[in-house]
Amino acid sequence: MALSAEESGRLAALLGGHAERVTQRWTEIVAGSLRGRLSQAELRRQVQDLHSAIVATGEHGAIDLSAESAAELRAALSDLSRGRARQGFSATETAISVFALKDVLAGLVEEAGGDNALRDYIAFSRLIDEMGLFTFESFVRTRESLIADQAEQLLELSTPVVKLWEGVVAVPLVGTLDSARAQVVMERLLQTLVDTGSPYAIIDITGVPAVDTQVAQHILKTVVAARLMGADCIISGIRPQIAQTIVALGIEFGDIATKASLADALRHVLRLNGVETARRQPRRDV
Amino acid sequence: MTAGIDLGHPQAQAIRSDEDVVRVRQLVRGVAVAVKLSLVDQTKVVTAASELARNTLVYGGGGTVEVATVDNGRRRGVRIVFADSGPGIPDLDLAFTDGYTTGGGLGLGLSGARRLVDEFEIETSPETGTRITVTKWSR
Amino acid sequence: MERVPILKIGDILLVSIQLDMSDQTAVALQEDLAERIVATGCHGVIIDITALDIVDSFVGRMLSTIASISKVLDAETVVVGMRPAVAITLVELGLSLNGIRTALNVERGMELIAAARADELDYQLDDDPDAETATP
Repeated sequence: MALSAEESGRLAALLGGHAERVTQRWTEIVAGSLRGRLSQAELRRQVQDLHSAIVATGEHGAIDLSAESAAELRAALSDLSRGRARQGFSATETAISVFALKDVLAGLVEEAGGDNALRDYIAFSRLIDEMGLFTFESFVRTRESLIADQAEQLLELSTPVVKLWEGVVAVPLVGTLDSARAQVVMERLLQTLVDTGSPYAIIDITGVPAVDTQVAQHILKTVVAARLMGADCIISGIRPQIAQTIVALGIEFGDIATKASLADALRHVLRLNGVETARRQPRRDV
Repeated sequence: MTAGIDLGHPQAQAIRSDEDVVRVRQLVRGVAVAVKLSLVDQTKVVTAASELARNTLVYGGGGTVEVATVDNGRRRGVRIVFADSGPGIPDLDLAFTDGYTTGGGLGLGLSGARRLVDEFEIETSPETGTRITVTKWSR
Repeated sequence: MERVPILKIGDILLVSIQLDMSDQTAVALQEDLAERIVATGCHGVIIDITALDIVDSFVGRMLSTIASISKVLDAETVVVGMRPAVAITLVELGLSLNGIRTALNVERGMELIAAARADELDYQLDDDPDAETATP
């Protein structure tokens, strides 16, 4: 719902005419709601940006938040909500920064009086409501992208592929494995095999509390894919519950090597590789 | 019906020879890169296209392929339509069985290609030939 | 039609596939290789597919056939350099490349062939009744 050209003009005149008072009062109200978590100077700058965007838009004709002419105003609102979302303010705290303008306007309209006072105020309110909703929308969008970024970072953090020995890499998996994460881990494991030229990989699932069919399938497919590439995978650290699940689900591990612990798996690989391990030496002497 | 709004003009390519199958692969690869499919998904959709293009050539006696980008508002993807006016596929269930072949191949073309894409539609009859539409979405 | 070059390095034939092969090219490679194995008497074939960004069922079948043919001609085939995305796709496609030996790169492939030949020579030694007593 757009403001008519006359209403916009009056709004611009009202806000522009009392610029200093408006920004002052606006800043005070917002500062009160944020309880000092943002500096006065910063707040004042944001409020001034919004103020001048509204005035500039109003001076150019009807204010319609969805129109091309309001691009600057939308940008100012987005900037504000993006900043608030990043700094960890709540949605309410962000919206109040816009809604505070209503209080300021109420005073101004009352002072100016005139026949149109009430109608104008209602129209202005509607515009501010719309601005508030827009702010809320961009706030949510920013938060969503923040969450998505964090999820991605978490994925990166939680899936290290480490080199254990010359020709042996390992992925110690920790935490719940969902299908998406399993896929990322497995792709990265295979890439590491190529990059390091390692013919052995150990997938350690000691830290995985449970697996479902899909995750088990992902692990199996990775083992088969690694074989196609010319590398062998050993799975270590299968917990008793997981072993039961695997059998109950009827998943065939076939001839894939499984070992109780990461250490056993490494020893197994080194033996295959012909490296003498400490434990093997005394046994031969007996 | 599959969801999604087509974007841009689909790119068409005739399938008449072995070399055309190679061209189909390259065409699909280009579009898959443009819609930012992951490397694994690019590889899957190009492989599926290769299988289906060969089927079009060998069983359909040649035909056409159209490659387009699609967008469902949240994700983008590649949509590929293979069409031939060949004899059609008499028994679809059998054709989708792993290892079943009438052409001396491995019998993984149709069933394998279906596993490599997100959406797979097939219309076939002796009169109109075979038309297969596959879509792969970005993740 | 383009042809894939076959290089002879010592006792090994090296095929490095650098182009997106048409089916005809793949079939031609299969035939060329069989002839070269017999002509050179090589006992190892390495097929490097590092440059291939896809392997479909046709190429997969070609690789299997080459491996079987070389086996008959007393040569060991190793396919090297398969990319992770290609391997993941092959698994999804349901292609297992039965009977094909694989290695991560050419170097590992050569080791594999050398080891296979060494095993064979060992067996020949084992057949000799004096072999065991001969070693200290």
